[in-house]
Amino acid sequence: MPEDTFEIGGARYRSRLIVGTGKYRDFAETRAAIDASGAEIVTVAVRRVNITKADEENLLDYLDLDRITILPNTAGCYSAEEAIRTARLAREAGVGSLLKLEVIGDEKTLFPDATATIEAAQVLVEDGFTVLPYINDDPIAARKLADLGCAAVMPLAAPIGSGLGIRNPYNLKIILEQATVPIIVDAGVGTASDVARAMELGCEAVLLNTAIAGAKDPIAMAEAMKLGVEAGRKAFLAGRIGRKLYATASSPIEGLLD
Amino acid sequence: MYCRRAVFIVACVRLRLNGEETELPDGCTIAEMVAQLDLSRRRIAVEVNRDIVPRTSFAEHVLCDGDIVEVVHFIGGG
Repeated sequence: MPEDTFEIGGARYRSRLIVGTGKYRDFAETRAAIDASGAEIVTVAVRRVNITKADEENLLDYLDLDRITILPNTAGCYSAEEAIRTARLAREAGVGSLLKLEVIGDEKTLFPDATATIEAAQVLVEDGFTVLPYINDDPIAARKLADLGCAAVMPLAAPIGSGLGIRNPYNLKIILEQATVPIIVDAGVGTASDVARAMELGCEAVLLNTAIAGAKDPIAMAEAMKLGVEAGRKAFLAGRIGRKLYATASSPIEGLLD
Repeated sequence: MYCRRAVFIVACVRLRLNGEETELPDGCTIAEMVAQLDLSRRRIAVEVNRDIVPRTSFAEHVLCDGDIVEVVHFIGGG
């Protein structure tokens, strides 16, 4: 059987779990959690260097860049212009042209601004970026982003950091049914069953951060997430049984005692 | 390279570096500033007055009075 991999921007990945690097206690814990998760793609944010402490350790010192692909994000950007500026800075810093495009529309919900995301995606795709946009679970926005050349589309499961799990599996199903690019669930998952569910629906991968970093034992949760993704993917490929209202006996009727 | 110079001779340039008023020696290049910050081997990007300066130009790009300079790197994020 061929190896089960997925492709983003011409590169193939075995792990279908993409993890963030925020909210950890320290870089050692970040690295241990990434190792336990088996992730091959990790997200990072772009921020000003603290010039009074410019020589302090950097996250990238702790990551094995031969094994791990860095996926910079545009987190914290509230306009297409800011996101484009951040994306170009990230690429200039020398980790390639992969980009998690995030244009936030509202501070409280951190829901994406769909029109600004589409506007920024258009510019960045033309500029040669491999764009992975974070978007609401909106089939129309997802289709527009795929049509304009995004390498994948990343609908949320629930608000960022909420841990609510997949709030609208039916919208995700519609997005998956019409998908012409990989669909990656990004944000809002809380635990291993949530990522399994996303994979069972047919998503190519899951991206998460807080569900691991905020767990009581992040390293154990990272492993649980890895297993959740693997279990969900296998179940999807295996093809689950249909749902029936009434029972169907598992044991044969023939041969029952009188 | 266009540069806004004060009419009097100054021994240093005053610019805004990551939001902070900063003084650097007159004629300081981006490469020298980056070395002074001990960031030469880091993955960083530099923007001067909203324009990204490619790493290959760090050595010849002289910083000027009044420049607005941003130096960014990667940190943990989701």
